[in-house]
Amino acid sequence: MRKELTIRMKNIRILGRNIRDGFKNVFRNLSLSLASISCITVTLLLVSVAIIGSLNVENFTKLISDDFTIVAFIENSASEEKEEEILKEIKKLSNIDTITYANKKDIAKEMKESSETFNSIISSWGEEENPLSDTYSIKVKDLDKIEKTAEKIKKIDGIEIVKYGEGMVDSMVSIFDILRKVLIVIVIGLVIVTAFLIANTIKITIFSRQEEIEIKRLVGASNFSIKQPFAIEGLIIGILGSIIPILATIYGYSFLYEKTGGKIFSQFIRLVKPFPFVLNISVVLLIIGAIVGMIGSNRAVRKYLKI
Amino acid sequence: MEFIKFTDVEKVYKTGVTAVYNLNLEIKKGDFAFIIGASGSGKSTLIKMLYREEKPTKGEIMIGGVNVGKLRNRKVYKLRRKLGIVFQDFKLLPKLTAYENVAFALEMYGLPKDEIRAKTLKALELVGLKEKAKSYPNELSGGEQQRVSIARAIVNSPKLLICDEPTGNLDPDTSLEIMKVLEVINDLGTTVLVVTHDRDVVNKMKKRVILLDKGTLKKDYEKGTYDKNEKH
Repeated sequence: MRKELTIRMKNIRILGRNIRDGFKNVFRNLSLSLASISCITVTLLLVSVAIIGSLNVENFTKLISDDFTIVAFIENSASEEKEEEILKEIKKLSNIDTITYANKKDIAKEMKESSETFNSIISSWGEEENPLSDTYSIKVKDLDKIEKTAEKIKKIDGIEIVKYGEGMVDSMVSIFDILRKVLIVIVIGLVIVTAFLIANTIKITIFSRQEEIEIKRLVGASNFSIKQPFAIEGLIIGILGSIIPILATIYGYSFLYEKTGGKIFSQFIRLVKPFPFVLNISVVLLIIGAIVGMIGSNRAVRKYLKI
Repeated sequence: MEFIKFTDVEKVYKTGVTAVYNLNLEIKKGDFAFIIGASGSGKSTLIKMLYREEKPTKGEIMIGGVNVGKLRNRKVYKLRRKLGIVFQDFKLLPKLTAYENVAFALEMYGLPKDEIRAKTLKALELVGLKEKAKSYPNELSGGEQQRVSIARAIVNSPKLLICDEPTGNLDPDTSLEIMKVLEVINDLGTTVLVVTHDRDVVNKMKKRVILLDKGTLKKDYEKGTYDKNEKH
């Protein structure tokens, strides 16, 4: 027990000194460190955009699928019996999840409540002048087959028009998907460049401290304790580089969410709520920064520290 | 019991140069020995093999029961903690004070601060530099710098002190002072090996002399002198 404790204390002392050394190294080659730090900053900003983008796309496609409905407009001339018949016809089809009926009076009432403009227009209609149709709103089980189901419903006698999102969602999702893939390629490229830059920065440190490393080896410093300050240097660069992207993510996204009220382009695209979303992303950014820093440092140490 | 034993040691560098061959040598615990010889006689290679900077191509080198040639790279530091090494060019870090340079080695081992302080001051006292502990290397004379590097080498109480041309950069009087310091360390029980070109030093010390020539042991005498007739 006592021996274990002494060993732990010893390692803590060595670690403490190496952290101090790591910081010294970062500031000794400040211009190079800054180059690495800004490279990591740019990379992580893009990573952040990529993550926010793809998670939001995922979120709204899920939301859209959830309340994506076929709206079948019933001919105005149809009687109540006819409407019952149509309902039975629709029920016979496969891929039908739920059916909700709405009569035109209710729809008009709902629309009146939803906006001032609608209110004034609809109020001018007489009882029999309501141009709206009774509708069935149909949710489907499988969104992929929505087109076929819609076509079948359209063929049912008494159905005037069938509406659904058509290809809009699909094309939007595929555009975002391409964007996401492009971003991923750019990010991977940047991560590699950054790791090289960090390796270079640490290589300079190693060269400028060669004498010290040689003496350390001669007096019997273990390889681990020789390598450690450089690993810490990489870690510090990575962590410093992730500060700006983290702040940008937290404040930028919250700002965007507030400005847009959580909706962009249209009512359809709802943003993910900022908290704890941005905090999770921040943790991911910090971890990526730290890992890239360590990879860069490890590369330099393996190549230039002949131990 | 011999402390260091070379058995049929041969060293061929990658360039094809044979630096040491057929070397058999024993050094006892507590010995003080000079290793002399002309440039290229294999002196440096011999001591580099002792602190495992080089591995022997053939043969066996035992130090205190450890086969140095078989030592894995990862484990070399354990050997070096038991040795002290002094160089011609001191190898002090210019940005550290004398005290910090000596404490440096102990910091590497992760010793507690007060233990480092006690050992460092003791080592500096032994080489007679306690009052210059706060000076930087460029504020010290060559002899003082070499004494700092000796203090660093002995701070961890090594069993063996290896000195590679310790007086090579120093004037004759200072060289003798350094030798006196080494003698004190030897009297305290540390085995001391000194590689040198310095004829005066060898002659005045009257210690064991190991003469190397073209990579092999030529002469080995107790209380020897550096014969003027020997080529070097």
